[in-house]
Amino acid sequence: MHSDRAPLGLKIAAFAGLAFLHAPIVLIFIYAFTTEDRTYQWPPPGLTLQWFGVTWNRPDVWQALGLSVRVATVSTLVALILGTLCAAAVSRARFFGREAVSLLVILPIALPGIITGIALRSAFNLGDISFSTITIVLGHATFCIVVVYNNAVARFRRLSGSMLEASADLGADGFQTFRHIVVPNIATALLAGGMLAFALSFDEVIVTTFTAGQQQTLPIWMLEELVRPRQRPVTNVVAMVVVIVTFLPILAAYYLTRGGSETAGGDK
Amino acid sequence: MTVAVEFDHVSRHFGAVRAVDDVSIAIEEGGFFAMLGPSGSGKTTCLRLISGFERPTAGHVRIFGENSENVPPNRRPVNTVFQDYALFPHLSVRDNVAYGLMVKGTDRRRRQAAAEDMLALVKLDGYGARKPAELSGGQRQRVALARALVNKPRVLLLDEPLGALDLKLREAMQEELKSLQRALGITFIFVTHDQGEALSMADRVAVFSQGAIVQVGSPQDIYERPHTRFVADFVGSANVLSPELAARAGGPRHWSSLRPEAIALAKPEAARLTGTVTGTRYLGAVNRVTVAVGGDMLTIALPAVQTVPADGAEIGLTWPDGALHTMEAE
Repeated sequence: MHSDRAPLGLKIAAFAGLAFLHAPIVLIFIYAFTTEDRTYQWPPPGLTLQWFGVTWNRPDVWQALGLSVRVATVSTLVALILGTLCAAAVSRARFFGREAVSLLVILPIALPGIITGIALRSAFNLGDISFSTITIVLGHATFCIVVVYNNAVARFRRLSGSMLEASADLGADGFQTFRHIVVPNIATALLAGGMLAFALSFDEVIVTTFTAGQQQTLPIWMLEELVRPRQRPVTNVVAMVVVIVTFLPILAAYYLTRGGSETAGGDK
Repeated sequence: MTVAVEFDHVSRHFGAVRAVDDVSIAIEEGGFFAMLGPSGSGKTTCLRLISGFERPTAGHVRIFGENSENVPPNRRPVNTVFQDYALFPHLSVRDNVAYGLMVKGTDRRRRQAAAEDMLALVKLDGYGARKPAELSGGQRQRVALARALVNKPRVLLLDEPLGALDLKLREAMQEELKSLQRALGITFIFVTHDQGEALSMADRVAVFSQGAIVQVGSPQDIYERPHTRFVADFVGSANVLSPELAARAGGPRHWSSLRPEAIALAKPEAARLTGTVTGTRYLGAVNRVTVAVGGDMLTIALPAVQTVPADGAEIGLTWPDGALHTMEAE
């Protein structure tokens, strides 16, 4: 017997759980409006919007944000190309070591970031590659590929082999089949995978620490700010921006893939 | 008569599995040809050898006299209706049908008009704007048919075309496919495991077993004069009589077949064989009665209007002259 109403105890537990998860985030948001910038005093002595203006005029924030957006964009593009090709190979062809390849592609996301970071750093040192934006992108691409691959491989599995054969049977060559049949059927999966990859890259700290040179991505900049603060609430303002920038794509990706899986590839 | 498709000692082996083993056959243009066999008998592989999705390990497949080994599927004058229809889910019904013309570069207005004509031919006028997911199984099947026919293929291949439809729809589609084939004059080659479908639609049937063709002929040939025990049993579940039983029944001492519906009840003194009833299955129009004759079991099909003898009853069996068919091979 199931009743639609949850018992009171369960409701309280649920709210407590949610509060535990999200109260710290709310605190961050509130401190973005505080009038006091030395210590995080609670409750804030007063509320102000001045920090938004201050943040706007700080060139180091813009620099870090710009770098983060560039890195996330390029990593996502790299991941889209390599992840899709990899997914196509694994789901369409049968070859020796196929399962192993599948596992190896997924491994970087299971591996602790610090291991990936150290490994990449020593590899770059060994190859005498100086740390730059490119090395950050390479680091981020390792885990961005995984999310794109995972999304694409699921969609490729639903794309039945007979559909590709039907296209060939009706006179289409390989490129026409790819353009008219494959791309429309995996487009939403790629969009979702790309958004997740972007969000992952945008707030990455650990791998970035090991692969960056003098540059600061936005999360790294925030970490530095906490260590030696000047105008502390600026960090909170930036934190709000990061939350919004990463949350929106993840939400969008969630809705895109949700619809797709229910209709078994029926809708674009 | 032109030969549309010719198999010249064709084999297709997958490792140790001989999916198709030394098949030779000529399929004439303009006919309705059935490849009939149980699953795994090689019939679908033969179809894929014609469409180009499989290549022969040995031998040649000729399409209108031309060796097809180096012709990819997209350049063959054949089109396929796939078993699962394989409609493109992201395209409308009209765009599905127009797909073949689109990739050939036909301009939009012409190909849309051709698609609409084809949809009318398969009685789906007005469905052009829908997505495949909004159609029933039978409608999807018609779309698949229209999508293949719009390309004006010289040979249409159908892979278990009616397998996914319910009985009523299947019977209606059998009629329609047959009249469509007559009207268009295109060679239809279809694969099925359903002997009823093969017999009612095709004008020639090839029976497959274990990668080889065991008999080719008209539906009447196959049904009434099976060459082997396998054909007798698979095509309409005939009784297969051992040489000894055939001799006792008054025929030559050779493997023979006897149709269940050819057998009638008789008084013991007028009977060709006598036996004991061991069971009855009611199938609507007929009762299938199993009778033990010595150590052998025979099945007889009695019209349901007739009284069924009780289990354990001693009965006499008879049949018209000529119904006992002596098979050429084992």
